[in-house]
Amino acid sequence: MKILVCISNVPDTTTKIKFANNNTQVDDAGVQWIINPWDELALTRAIELKEDSSNSFDEVCVVNVGLAKSDATLRKALAIGADKAIRIDAEPLDAYFVAGQIADYIKNNPFDIVLSGIESSDYNGSSVGGMLSEFLDCPAISSMTKLEVDNGEIIIHRAIPGGKQVLELQAPFVGIVQKGITNEPRIPAMRGIMMARKKPLEVVSPVDLKALSHIVEFELPQAKASCRMISEERLEALVDLLKSEAKVL
Amino acid sequence: MNFELTEEQEMIRDAARDFAQRELLPGVIERDENAIYPKEQVKRLGELGFLGMLVGTEYDGGGMDTVSYVLAMEEISKVDASVSVIMSVNNSLVCWGVQKYGSEAQKEEFLKPMARGDKIGAFLLSEPEAGSDATSQRTTAVDMGDHYLVNGIKNWITSGGTASTYLLIAHTHPEKKHHGINAFLIDSNLEGISVGPHENKMGMRASDTHSVMFNNVKIPKENRLGEDGQGFKIAMKSLEGGRIGIASQALGLASGAYELALQYAQERKTFGKEIIKHQAIAFKLADMAVEIEAARYFCLKAAWLKDQGKPYGQASAMAKLYAAETAMKVTTEAVQIHGGNGYVKEYHVERLMREAKLTQIYEGTSEIQKIVISRGLLA
Ligand SMILES: Cc1cc2nc3c(=O)[nH]c(=O)nc-3n(C[C@H](O)[C@H](O)[C@H](O)COP(=O)(O)OP(=O)(O)OC[C@H]3O[C@@H](n4cnc5c(N)ncnc54)[C@H](O)[C@@H]3O)c2cc1C
Repeated sequence: MKILVCISNVPDTTTKIKFANNNTQVDDAGVQWIINPWDELALTRAIELKEDSSNSFDEVCVVNVGLAKSDATLRKALAIGADKAIRIDAEPLDAYFVAGQIADYIKNNPFDIVLSGIESSDYNGSSVGGMLSEFLDCPAISSMTKLEVDNGEIIIHRAIPGGKQVLELQAPFVGIVQKGITNEPRIPAMRGIMMARKKPLEVVSPVDLKALSHIVEFELPQAKASCRMISEERLEALVDLLKSEAKVL
Repeated sequence: MNFELTEEQEMIRDAARDFAQRELLPGVIERDENAIYPKEQVKRLGELGFLGMLVGTEYDGGGMDTVSYVLAMEEISKVDASVSVIMSVNNSLVCWGVQKYGSEAQKEEFLKPMARGDKIGAFLLSEPEAGSDATSQRTTAVDMGDHYLVNGIKNWITSGGTASTYLLIAHTHPEKKHHGINAFLIDSNLEGISVGPHENKMGMRASDTHSVMFNNVKIPKENRLGEDGQGFKIAMKSLEGGRIGIASQALGLASGAYELALQYAQERKTFGKEIIKHQAIAFKLADMAVEIEAARYFCLKAAWLKDQGKPYGQASAMAKLYAAETAMKVTTEAVQIHGGNGYVKEYHVERLMREAKLTQIYEGTSEIQKIVISRGLLA
C-alpha cells in the first residue's frame, strides 16, 4: 500500500506577515518556510504506519504544488522519513488549482491513501482535501484524529462536536487530518537528514488548469492589546479590571 | 568567502532547536536544581544522532561536518548545557580520537556503540595535580608484558558515573615526560575501577562529574589507542577539536540568555515604557548582539578550518577564549536586564550565568587559551 501526503509550504508560524504589491501579495522576503503543521502531523502518522511491520504500507510519498522555494521543505519531509517527494512546478494559485494538479498526478500514479492537513497555516482555506476527493471520485474523511490499520481493515476516528465518530472503510480515500492524529511531529534525525540527500525529489510539469479565484486584497487584523498578568492572590483586582477596563462584566 | 549555510546545515540547526525547545526545556530547571542526570534526554540525543554526528557513517555516525556541529551545539546549549556537554565530550573528545587513531577492532568495539548513542564516552585526562598542567600525570600504566597495570586518580570527569567507555590518559614511562604518556580505550566496569561521589557543582548540575580511581586495573595490550607514546598528542589534538564544542556551548549560553533578555526587555515596563526603550538597556542588548555575532564567527571559522582539513588549533583556542568570555559577560548582563526576576530560577538566566562560568574553566581555562594562542603567534 502506498500513502501520499500533500505538503503545503508555509511561512514559519512566528513570521511577522507583511504585504507587497498593493496588499495583493504576501511579502516573502526573509520568510522561513516550513511544512504546514497539519501536513507534518499527517506525514508523521504515515511514517509511523509504514514503520509498523504489522501492516503492508511500503511507500510514503509527499507532493507539493509550488516553485523551487518549496524544495527545502520537501527535503525536510524526506529527512523525516518520506521515501520520495514530488513537486508540481507551479505557483499554487488557489485550492482548486492545487487540488486539480495533485489529482492529475494521482490519476497517473495511484495511491491507496491520500492525506492532507485540515487546513494550511497560511491561508487556512480548508479546501484542498475535499476538492481532491471530488476530482478523484473517492471518499473524503474530514477531521480525522486517528488512522489505524487492524488486520488489514482501515479504522478512522473523526472529531465531531462533543464526541467522536469511528469509521471503517476501504482504500482509496482522502484523509483530511486534524490534530490528534499523532502526538507530535517528528524531528528529523541526523541519519534521516543524511539519507535525504539520496532520495528522489521529482519535479513534474503542471497540467493546464485555471484558478477559480484570485486575491483582491489582504488586510492585517487589528493589533491585539498586550497581555496583563495578574497574580492568583489578586483575584479581586482581576474582577475590577474586567469591570472597569475590559467592560465585559 | 561565503557566509551562507547549506540547506542541510539549516535543517540540522532547526532539528536541534526543535529538540531543545520541545524535549530539553521541560524540566530543565528541576534537573539542574536536583542534579538529576538527563537520562531520557541523552537517550533521545542518541536516537536523533547528535551523540555521534561527527563520526563517519561507516562507523554508524551521522557523517556531518563540524559547521553543523557548531550549529547544533549552540541550539542545544541555549536550553540545557548539562546535555550539550555530554554531547560535546562524546563527539569531540572520545569518538574523534577513536576514529582518528583507533584500530579497526577498536572502532568496531568502541566507536560504533558510542556513535549510535548506545554507549556514552568519557575523557579521563585531568587529575588532582594535573589540570592546566596536563603533563604532570601521576596515573601510571605499567607494561606487564601481556597487559598494562593502571593505578591513579582522575578528577572532574564529565559522564564519569554514566559512561560505559573511558578514554584514559596515563603515564607508561614517566621518565620520558610527555613522550611517555599513552591513551587507552577501556570499559568503565573493569575490575579495580571505582567512581567517587557526584560533584556538587555550581552549574551544569545535571551532568555527572566524578573522580575515577584506578586500583591495579588490568588493561589488555590491544586497548592502547595509537602508537606507543602518542597519548599526550592524542589528548592535545582531541582538545583542539573539543574546544570548538565548548566554544559553541558558550556561544549557545550567550545567545540563549540574549534571546531571553531581548524578549523580557520588550515586555517589562518601567517609568511608563518598555525597558528596551531606555537607552542603557538598549545599548546593553546591542553590545550583547555584537559580541555574540563575533563569537559565532569564531566558532564557525574554526569549524570550517577543521572541515577543510586545515590546521585549526589556533582558531579553536581563539573561539573558546572569546566565546567563553562572551558567555560570562552576556549571561551576567541578561540577569541584570531581568532585574530581580533574573535572580530567581524560573527565568533561566541565572542558570545560564552559572553555566557560563564553567566554559571559562574546562577544556583549558581562559588563561591557558592565551598561552596556546600566544605560543601560536610565535610559531
Ligand atoms: C565540571 C567540570 C567538568 C570537567 N570535565 C572534565 C573531563 O571530562 N575530563 C577531564 O579530563 N577534565 C575535566 N575537567 C577538568 C578541567 O579541564 C580542569 O579543571 C581545568 O583544565 C583546570 O584545571 P585545574 O582545575 O587543575 O586548575 P589549575 O590548573 O590548578 O588552575 C588554577 C588557576 O590557575 C591558572 N593557571 C594555571 N596555570 C597557569 C599558567 N601557566 N599561567 C597562567 N595561569 C595559570 C588557571 O587558569 C586557573 O585560573 C572538568 C572540570 C570541571 C570543573
